Amino acid sequence: MSRIGTESTNALAVGWGRALVFVYGVFAVAATGRSVLQISTDFDKAPLAYCLSLLAAAVYLVATTALLLGGRTGWRVAAVAVSVELLGVLSVGALSYAAPDLFPDKTVWSHFGQGYGFLPLVLPFAGLAWLWHTRALARYPI
Amino acid sequence: MSSWVVGTVLVLCGLTTILLVVHLIRDRAAEDGMFVLLGITELVLLAQLVGGCIALGNTERDVDGTLFVSYLVGVALALPIGAFWSLAERTRAGTAVVLLAVLTVAALEVRLDAIWAGAS
Repeated sequence: MSRIGTESTNALAVGWGRALVFVYGVFAVAATGRSVLQISTDFDKAPLAYCLSLLAAAVYLVATTALLLGGRTGWRVAAVAVSVELLGVLSVGALSYAAPDLFPDKTVWSHFGQGYGFLPLVLPFAGLAWLWHTRALARYPI
Repeated sequence: MSSWVVGTVLVLCGLTTILLVVHLIRDRAAEDGMFVLLGITELVLLAQLVGGCIALGNTERDVDGTLFVSYLVGVALALPIGAFWSLAERTRAGTAVVLLAVLTVAALEVRLDAIWAGAS
């Protein structure tokens, strides 16, 4: 099998990273579209849920951009974004089960991303695994 | 919005998925035959974009127009972006990118059908 994504380069969006960036991009677009539509049409229905949707959208956008940029800064920003994403999906997921009345409408992260085939729960782990795989970049001289 | 269109798109996605998974397992890059299949799917999706907008204009049903059109556009954009994104990666990871694009189309198509049926 060919060695994928292990060449000495400062790019994060190579090899399997390319597939990862694609999924992050899809989620960035989906979450942004969803939150913009929710907030612009019916904000008062579920303000907390919609703000969390917007936060999710921002996190996915930052992660996608950082992965695309690559290099040391890209790696570090992506690491922060993916960590926030993991915390977000775990806490919002747990909260949506523990206090359902806080969430009259769904967010990307509620019920651990059930509405999206639980991909929002899997994605940060895939992201962290890829960042671990490319951790040499964290020390890459720019 | 005809359920024939939705059915056709899902069958095409299913066929492409099987081919791509086989290629992924055999560690091969996506080939011309697959891009022909993707091209046919894309033509159906573009026809759906036009047909869907016309159907939205003529329908009496309570369909969320903005949501519906954004899904029509999104589902038509996924394959070109995915195919283009995979071109620089002529390995099995590139095949995975195309596969993800096809799965995205299938998921969006199911959702599109639900939105047409009145979901918000």
